[in-house]
This record gives sequence, C-alpha cells and structure tokens, in this order.
Amino acid sequence: MEQIQFSKEELERYSRHLIIPEFNIEGQRKLKASSVLVIGSGGLGSPLLLYLAAAGVGRIGVVDFDTVDASNLQRQVLFGIQSVGKSKALAAKERLASLNPHITIDVHNTKFTSANARDLVKQYDVVADGTDNFPTRYLVNDACVLEGKVNVYASIYRFEGQASVFNELLADGSRGPNYRDLFPSPPPPGLVPSCAEGGVIGVLPGILGSLQALEVIKVITGVGDTLSGRLFLFDATGFTTRTMKIRKDPRNPLNGENPTQTQLIDYDQFCGIGVPASQEREVEAIDVHELQSWRESGKNHVLIDVREPYEYGIAEMGGELIPLATVLESTARIPKDVPVVVQCRSGARSAKAIRQLEDAHGYTNLINLTGGILAWQEHIDSSLARY
Amino acid sequence: MAQLIIPTPLRKFTDGQGIFTQEATTVKELLHALASQHPGLKPHLFEDSGNLRSFIRVYVGDEDIHALDGEDTALQPNDEVSIIPAIAGGV
Repeated sequence: MEQIQFSKEELERYSRHLIIPEFNIEGQRKLKASSVLVIGSGGLGSPLLLYLAAAGVGRIGVVDFDTVDASNLQRQVLFGIQSVGKSKALAAKERLASLNPHITIDVHNTKFTSANARDLVKQYDVVADGTDNFPTRYLVNDACVLEGKVNVYASIYRFEGQASVFNELLADGSRGPNYRDLFPSPPPPGLVPSCAEGGVIGVLPGILGSLQALEVIKVITGVGDTLSGRLFLFDATGFTTRTMKIRKDPRNPLNGENPTQTQLIDYDQFCGIGVPASQEREVEAIDVHELQSWRESGKNHVLIDVREPYEYGIAEMGGELIPLATVLESTARIPKDVPVVVQCRSGARSAKAIRQLEDAHGYTNLINLTGGILAWQEHIDSSLARY
Repeated sequence: MAQLIIPTPLRKFTDGQGIFTQEATTVKELLHALASQHPGLKPHLFEDSGNLRSFIRVYVGDEDIHALDGEDTALQPNDEVSIIPAIAGGV
C-alpha cells in the first residue's frame, strides 16, 4: 500500500479524510487502490457515484444502458438539463471527471445481463447495486457470490428504504449473508410496482444511495462495522429506522449446505416475468392512429380512462375517468351498444379492465388502446406531459 | 398488546393502515388476525400450503422468526412484530 502516492493537489483535496485519526492516509490509500462497479446511475447510483468519486475511489465503473429523461431530474442529481437525451453512463463520466480528475471512470454503456455480469463484476473489488427491478437484483447478487465480491445493497419504494452489505469477506475467512439468505425468491410480478409505476419521493434514493456510498467506503477501508449480517430499514413517513439481523440460510442455492446453482440463470423467468402475460387472454385493440382517425371521422365511440385521479391530473385525453379498481361497480357508465375504447398509461391496466368486464359482465364491445396515453402523447398530441 | 408493522407495499390491502395492534400469544395468531381482518392481504402473506411466502420475512424485535420458533414464536405484550417484504426500486 506504501507505493500509492498522492500529489499535493490530492493531499489538499482529501485533507478532511487524512485528519480523521481512524481513517488517515492509510484509508485514503486503500480508496485510491480500489475499484468499485456501480450498477445503475439513477436515483441510488447518482449519490453513490458522486460520493465515491469525491472520496477518491481510484477506479469507478458505471453500468447503465439508459438515456437521461426529464422525469429523472427530480432525484438523479448526477444529471442536469444539458444531459437530457444523452447516455447516462457517458453523462455520468463527464460529471464525475469534472468533480475529480484524479480518478478513472470506466463507462459500460450496456445492459447488465446474465451474459456480461460475471465478466464485469470480476474486474472490480466491490459492487454497489443501484438497479430497480427484481431480476437484476438477483442477477447482481448471484454474480457477486459466484465471483466472490461484496455487494453493497439498497432499495427503495415510495417512502421506504432498505440497505445491507451482502457477501462480505469476514475475519474468519467466511462470507456474510447475501440477498438470497434474506429473500430466497422474489414476489410475483405486479405486487411491488417499480418507481416508474409506484412513484418515489426524490430525496429518498438520495439518502439510501448516500448510505450505500458510506458502506462501500467502510468495506474498502475496514473502518467501522458494516451492515454485513444486518438489514437497515428507513420509513420516511414516520421517520423511523430499524436494523434487523440477517442470518445465513443453509438452503441458499448458491452457497448453502447443498449448493445447486453454480452459474447465472434466466432471471426474468426466475421472477415470473413474461409468464403471466403470455397466459393472459388477448383483448381486441386499436392503436392511437386508428383512434385519431375515429375522432376525425366522427365515428361513434366512448373513451374510458382506467388510471387513478392523480394520473389524470398530470395528463388526460378526454376519456371518462373510472379507475381500474372501480370498473366492475361502474357498469352503468360503460355502455354495451357502442364501441368502448379503454385506455390507461401504457395499455396493461386497460387490458386487465377489459378482461374483468368481459368475464364479470359479458361485455363484447371493449377495445384496448395499445400503448395508452404514452403512445398518444408520442404520436398524436405532444403537448401532453409524459410521466 | 402486540404491535404489527405493515410495510408500504402491503398497505393497499389494509386501507392504508400501517400498524395493527392485537392481543395475540404467538406470531401465527397475530398474522392470522391481520389476514382475517384484511382478507385481500392473505394471498400476499401465505402460500396455498399455509407457509409464509418466501419474499416476506417476519421479525420480532430485530430477530427473524426463523431464528426463533418460527410462526409459533411466543409474543410478549409489548413486542413489535415487523413484516419485511422484498422491494427493488432504485432509479
């Protein structure tokens, strides 16, 4: 570690670390010698990347395939309006390079998949998971366990956050618990909506992502006790925090008593994604261009909007508002004698509403609007707000 | 009375209620009292076999019931029981 040297500029930059007795130049050397892979540069990834770069982690990898959208700026503080439309990974590198020129940023402008996960993970000392869906959460965990890397974890939902440190190398040479010890398998699709569907208070990923950055730094420097073997919970509504114990599960398929999984799997299938959709009955559908031609030609029809009132307040296209949960008791407002187009945000809930009404009340005149109001905004009426 | 903390993703099945208080001697009794008061919650807590679902952990204080006596874990009058679901959000 002695061979890690600092320039005068670096010593000045990191001086507030260097004067902490428990941290000092040894801690700073460990940071400079280390590499961290941050998967996802969104709500959690933004503060993670900013703090890790500012703290002087020597090499940081950014994995993201997405581009910056205006709706990201409410929480993804890594980006500004000049980043909108640009690759997140590239925009992240620009921002981080301007923050700290003494470190290296690797751009991985790609989706994190079973095909590239182990190859990416093995190039770094520590992994920080800032992703947003169950298949990728399990993929990150499994890749880290199989490659022997620490996985610094956080996740959020509306006002709630969770954080932990998985698979840490312990003093006795064993590894701490991992995500599969805590949650052996994921919830069925649809029970826990994503932030895109369920919403998230913008500062919450800021808090949890900062905690992740702290834990990454503790893992690297060995300062303090990490969250290994513990799950930290934060509920912003009541400002309550709890810290729970996590124990290793002998049935863990990766590193329990009888491991059955020695490589990465198909995580969409594992999480049941794509399965229910293909089993669900197709419903009749039209696209937004056809609906527009109906409107222009004056064709008699009714438009029902099955979203929630707060969504209707953001953008609407003239439909009658009957939220999905209330359609079955609102049949008096849904005629049977003219074509009824049913619409939601992207077309999934409206298809569900149609199936429910067909099954329960024998409707035969319901037509789904493919792509919902998002497609209408994209192709017909760009003055509407996207959300 | 034992107190049960219901996490946000499951509150849509409890009319938004976040805390459930009930006289109960075991974790099982408490969970079943909650499920019978909010029937919509039941399939999200229990598998058809009656076992707790694998994306949910139940804690008494800071200890996982799997490390205690499972659902038969005895409750003291002021115990705080938490249902912790897997959540995945991050961007």
